[in-house]
Amino acid sequence: MAGESMRDVMIEARRPPNAHRGVVKWLQRNLFNGPLNSVVSVITISVLLWALWPLVQWALIQADWLGDSRQACSGEGACWVFISARFESIIYGFYPEAARWRVDIVFALMAGLLAWLAIPRIPGKRWAAIIAVIGFPVAAYVLLLGGHFGLMHVSTRNWGGLMLTLTVATIGIVGSLPIGIVLALGRRSNMPLVRAVSVVFIEFWRGVPLITVLFMASVMLPLFVPTEVEFDKLLRALVGIMLFWSAYMAEVIRGGLQAIPSGQDEAGKALGLGYWHRMGLIVLPQALKLVIPGIVNTFIALFKDTSLVLIIGLFDLLAIIRAGLTDSDWLGFATEGYVFAALVFWVFCFSMSRYSQYIEKRLQTGHTD
Amino acid sequence: MSQATATSHGETPMIEMKGLNKWYGDFHVLRDIDLTVKRGERIVVCGPSGSGKSTLIRCINHLESHQQGEIVVNGMSMTQDVKRIEQIRRNVGMVFQHFNLFPHLSVLENCCLSQTWVQKKPRAEAEKTAMEYLERVQIADQAYKYPGQLSGGQQQRVAIARALCMRPEVMLFDEPTSALDPEMIKEVLDVMIELAREGMTMLCVTHEMGFAKTVADRVIFMDQGQIIEEAPPETFFNNPRSERTKLFLSQILGH
Repeated sequence: MAGESMRDVMIEARRPPNAHRGVVKWLQRNLFNGPLNSVVSVITISVLLWALWPLVQWALIQADWLGDSRQACSGEGACWVFISARFESIIYGFYPEAARWRVDIVFALMAGLLAWLAIPRIPGKRWAAIIAVIGFPVAAYVLLLGGHFGLMHVSTRNWGGLMLTLTVATIGIVGSLPIGIVLALGRRSNMPLVRAVSVVFIEFWRGVPLITVLFMASVMLPLFVPTEVEFDKLLRALVGIMLFWSAYMAEVIRGGLQAIPSGQDEAGKALGLGYWHRMGLIVLPQALKLVIPGIVNTFIALFKDTSLVLIIGLFDLLAIIRAGLTDSDWLGFATEGYVFAALVFWVFCFSMSRYSQYIEKRLQTGHTD
Repeated sequence: MSQATATSHGETPMIEMKGLNKWYGDFHVLRDIDLTVKRGERIVVCGPSGSGKSTLIRCINHLESHQQGEIVVNGMSMTQDVKRIEQIRRNVGMVFQHFNLFPHLSVLENCCLSQTWVQKKPRAEAEKTAMEYLERVQIADQAYKYPGQLSGGQQQRVAIARALCMRPEVMLFDEPTSALDPEMIKEVLDVMIELAREGMTMLCVTHEMGFAKTVADRVIFMDQGQIIEEAPPETFFNNPRSERTKLFLSQILGH
């Protein structure tokens, strides 16, 4: 036969062969496909069970859940009564009891706004964004600090617990992103002065540890400014945290900017778009999308590092739990305290991580699906 | 391009370059370029790679800056002033080798972007114009897709429509078919030929000699940053004068 052939009937597209579905199939394919893999799977699962079982027993099965004093603790497992008895202070810190409803309102507003912004099915995103950027900060400021509209003034010295952690984290996150964007653009600018200022700023703040920044803000700054000018300690910490993280954010975003082909900017130029339009409409939307993992990574690091404010005497979630450990009625419950603190931090950070993955999928516009 | 503007400009050329020189560092890319493009003229620029042909047309809308000489586009002389550069760019459409569509925007949004932000047109009007031009490049049915979902030829046709939406007085093409699979080259060239027939002033850097023969009023051959030969297509292809041109033509037409 000569090596010639010709097809006169085209092949219709067919569906792919049935993918294996169901739990049993999944297990077969992924854990028990072959004798060696089966043995490895059994050993791994056994080791995991052996290592994790005592933790489950301690934290859940033998734990004490109910009660309001130390007497409720049996001593066999974790005593979560320690947490529930101090729950209010863990949430509100030293915020006066009579005014805690104000914190609750801010929490509720924040949760509502986040849901409004994050869930695509709820309409009116533009309004949500306007309220989140302008309305919410004003409302939160008035409600939390008081002193206006007949609300009792609550000094930031009394702020603490989860409420302080969330305040610092939210302001840090919301502040560092735009400053970071401006710095990243500045570092790539054609104007030598703008570029120099950005580079010096970024390298300075990235080069010092956050603890140093907080110490400088709380201890050294008052030495340099006249005594009549009194900055709030929390405000100083907030500014320090914001500037510190904006330097990191700038470098993450610069990475994204560099990944966008120059043809994109050129196409914008050719269409007559000015610098800010090209950046805002063409380059940044693509660059930011590309570095969502890096941005969220920075957010998560920022969120966890808020607990460093304890070294300048602010009582965030972790500090307030630590303070509880020294309560003579509750000596010896450090493990419960730290495990609970870790769990709260993990829930917030894991949520951010999941949401960012979801956003990445939603913004996908390429050919791949 | 309305009749009124065409007559009011009288016989001012569309593009005028005088004594243009450009260097990349020490490398002299453009050497003493003098070129005048009349209104409605179609010019094809060809030459070996590295001859400066892309750089030449990129100077016209200031994607590249030049160090010496003068460029006047549509009666406006090019300076370093950003506002003036942007004003010149509004009259000059450009199509790139790699399309450079905005991948995060749909085809329709790609075409509306500069209409809304540069020309400040209302959304509905911008979309109407966009659909008209997408219709003309025969891709209106893909208006709501993203560039990543289209073939190369389709993307390049969208890029042409996007440039036309600004109603430019001159169109620059920088190797518009070089990144395309062979079977898609024709669909893009057809659109360009159509555009030439409608009287658009065009400057095309291309190796498509068939296109040059069909539509060009003049063919310009460049080598080592200078214009070697300039002639109508019949003369250029049948009786090239320069040895370099003959060599170049034998290399691209010979096989």
